[in-house]
Amino acid sequence: MSLNEVFEIEQEETAPSTSPLRGKRRPDRAAAAGPWRLIGQKLVRQKVAMAAGTIVLLLYLVAAFCEFLAPGLPETSKAQYTYAPPQPIEWFVTDANGTRFAPHVAGYAVKIDPVALRRTFVVDDTKIIPVGFFVHGERYKLWNLFPTDIHFFGPTRKTDPMYLIGADRLGRDLLSRLIYGTRVSMSIGLAGVAISLILGVTLGSLSGFYGGWVDTLVQRIIEVISAMPTIPLWLGLAAAIPVAWPPLQVYFIITVIVSLLGWTSLAREVRGRFLALRGEDFVTAARLDGSTERRVIFRHILPSLTSHILAVVTLAVPTMIVAETSLSFLGVGLKPPVVSWGVLLQDAQNIRTVATAPWLLIWPSAAVVLAVLSFNFFGDGLRDAADPYNT
Amino acid sequence: MTAQTPIIPQQGGSGGGGGALLAVERLSVDFTLRTHILHAVRDVSFTLHKGRTLCLVGESGSGKSVTARALMRLVEPPGQIVAGKITLDIDGRQIDVTAERDTSRQMRSIRGRRIGLIFQEPMSSLSPVHTIGSQIIEALRLHRPLTPRQARDETVRLLAQVEIPHPDKMIDRYTFEFSGGMRQRAMIAMALACNPDILIADEPTTALDVTTQAEILDLIKRLQLERGMAMLLITHDMGVVAETADDVAVMRFGRIVEAGSVDHIFYNARHPYTQRLLSSTLKLEGGAERVSGAPRVESPPAPPILSLRHLSKGFGAGGGWFSKVGSFVIKAVDDVSLDLLPGENLGIVGESGSGKTTLGRLVLRTVEPSSGNVLYRDRNGQERDVTTMSKADLRAYHQDVRLVFQDPFASLNPRMTVREIIAEPLTIAGRAPGKVLGKRVAELMEMVGLDPAAMERYPHAFSGGQRQRIGIARALALDPRVIIADEATSALDVSIRSQILDLLLELQQHLDLSFIFISHDISVVRYFCDRVAVMHRGKLVELGTAEEICATPREDYTKMLISAVPNPDPRNKRMMHRVRMPGDQN
Repeated sequence: MSLNEVFEIEQEETAPSTSPLRGKRRPDRAAAAGPWRLIGQKLVRQKVAMAAGTIVLLLYLVAAFCEFLAPGLPETSKAQYTYAPPQPIEWFVTDANGTRFAPHVAGYAVKIDPVALRRTFVVDDTKIIPVGFFVHGERYKLWNLFPTDIHFFGPTRKTDPMYLIGADRLGRDLLSRLIYGTRVSMSIGLAGVAISLILGVTLGSLSGFYGGWVDTLVQRIIEVISAMPTIPLWLGLAAAIPVAWPPLQVYFIITVIVSLLGWTSLAREVRGRFLALRGEDFVTAARLDGSTERRVIFRHILPSLTSHILAVVTLAVPTMIVAETSLSFLGVGLKPPVVSWGVLLQDAQNIRTVATAPWLLIWPSAAVVLAVLSFNFFGDGLRDAADPYNT
Repeated sequence: MTAQTPIIPQQGGSGGGGGALLAVERLSVDFTLRTHILHAVRDVSFTLHKGRTLCLVGESGSGKSVTARALMRLVEPPGQIVAGKITLDIDGRQIDVTAERDTSRQMRSIRGRRIGLIFQEPMSSLSPVHTIGSQIIEALRLHRPLTPRQARDETVRLLAQVEIPHPDKMIDRYTFEFSGGMRQRAMIAMALACNPDILIADEPTTALDVTTQAEILDLIKRLQLERGMAMLLITHDMGVVAETADDVAVMRFGRIVEAGSVDHIFYNARHPYTQRLLSSTLKLEGGAERVSGAPRVESPPAPPILSLRHLSKGFGAGGGWFSKVGSFVIKAVDDVSLDLLPGENLGIVGESGSGKTTLGRLVLRTVEPSSGNVLYRDRNGQERDVTTMSKADLRAYHQDVRLVFQDPFASLNPRMTVREIIAEPLTIAGRAPGKVLGKRVAELMEMVGLDPAAMERYPHAFSGGQRQRIGIARALALDPRVIIADEATSALDVSIRSQILDLLLELQQHLDLSFIFISHDISVVRYFCDRVAVMHRGKLVELGTAEEICATPREDYTKMLISAVPNPDPRNKRMMHRVRMPGDQN
């Protein structure tokens, strides 16, 4: 009989064989990493989500510093520039002295159509309006606190017209209005979600943890609410807002209305997670350790849920934004002088405007689409990364 | 069979020739992960011969399943065959499997037609939305030119071959109408449908009960001999190896560390890893050697610490609006009476569905009993009825009677550090305030053989065995008197398993502990327990000392159960003469 074949007896191995792909691999760090670091690592690997996250961040920066970033004020109207078309930025000036770098926009020459008696704008290359960064423009108060007149960019002479993406019906700068609108639209999403979150997490947790009749009751309420046609309901609720209310109060009540209907999906998600976690061994272990129900919920179940909740919240923000936009578009949400994307879109309601001034439709819608898509992509990425222990 | 000279797998053998149906030469499979390349299989060489069984044995993560998948070119990305040659002999033609594309016609005709594969999990490897018959018919008609009629007849014949009763009726049944063992039989029928030359069985019986396992192994072995197939059996269980293998290759960390005939491996193991693997398997075959000086229970007839009296639990007796009176009830636990003496290790064995886990939960009252009592004698010697305890009393009871879970992954909260996990019961009970807490946790970690320096780490940084130690430390935190271990070692590899058992025995020496050890694994119970209770269909079948139960069982069911356990000794195969229960199918 032949002997056994024995390989590699001299040096016994103690771990699976691996070769590092990157130089700086520190296994100790991975071992000590907490759940949030693992979630972060998983999220960073998703390029699309990271790009979307960056855009979301930028949008909120715009919202935070809108007074500074906007070249003008949203209310400044110039009657001579109604429906002025966009002026493209040009970087070089060619004149007698040769070509030199000088960012500028071309001025307008107004012509009156003798037949239709309509004003048309012609770009006049001879009129040059120089633009620059950190220019002195109209006075404003940053966050209603610091009075200043420095704008991030704008025409160097503050009386010159500059409409980079066009002007509206009253000759107001659409870009400035869009930037101011970002603040309202993006924050209404957050404020709305905050209210939904409280409702959704509370009712969802109760429903999932206790089960039984509590669960049945909460689920039936959710079903009734989800079954209601949202637009007519919003319309009805919004129509009940007294006309005399100040814009801020209207803004607040609109967020409440939007979130009162928006918490259902959040509650369902939380309930589902609770049901799944309730049966986990570590929850049973916590019970046997003598934890009270409150401790089981707040110390063992909810921490495991936070990353999931964060993902769901991110996905809920865009629905809020869209809800506000549609309400304002229909004229029952926010009203001028408040500026939001929905309010801006109100200007683009008739076909004539769209035909003569398409920028009034294109830019506000683009802003909504960008915000909604970014939130969705980011939320999707977050949801995939939310459970770092399922590989 | 024994007359044959053992053909030993040759490293770097000349492939083909000499009756080798399949020759694997220096096969390497890499997994390209985010930060590193995992060399899952390294330089693996072996040959499969007609009519012989090669067992690939190793612990989890040793690369045995990846090797089997590589043979059929089923390695999923990011895995990749990076080196080596797999030569398949098809009626004299040599085909290099590694040179084929994954999806080529040639490859598809090899899968199923030349090489049949049986998976571990019969639950998920059969489609739940097709009948058993239609799945086998599909396999048949993919590879053989049969009319639907012929294919159906062939399928009935196959089902009869794998000993499924009433094959002509069962062919039209769905997967969920089959028991675990029956599903595995159907899976085998499917793998055999096209008369493959080679059968690969990847842990075919791991998910099954011992008695079913014995029958399935019998069946596979018999069919292999009848058809003269070559078989590659992948397993982690040395008992299964001893019962079925002709040749054995021991894998560890992607390498074959030792290969030889089964007799050689078991009696002349030369590699230290093989020796360790065998010794930890064999160790469990006998009772643990009790450390001298510690008197075992016998001497004074102390009153029992826990007594179960006529404990029953029925499921499914839902009194809904539409249910009829006396509707269908499953008695998970049926009139069980038991005593646990102080310092005793009581084993509860049974197959899946025997009610052993429910019994453990009833003792803890995480499941409410339908009838019967659990009496607990507390530290003052007072007997208290657990079934009628108030919430506060129950909390105190749970400090004395602790549970160690089966799954070391699910039972630790992944978002808490080890320190928080172990400290949790202490904090709740308010036993160790402030600085004492950290010290106590460190003490507990040392007690279970963990380095207290790792206290601030999260559970994912620990291996299965280490996590189970964390679970044990948590159970010990409150100085309990009784520990209920529910399959506490069944998720662990065999070498780790015996370490954990030894740890528990050692702890018992120092701390005044009694164990209720629930397990399906008879060798573990024999090693660990003083007395064993055998459960079957919710009833307590037999109760006796571990030696009595394992050596001289009285009841028929116990006899059958014990004789079905594979014996890790190839010279004394137990399954060949095991006791069968008359008229008991799976």
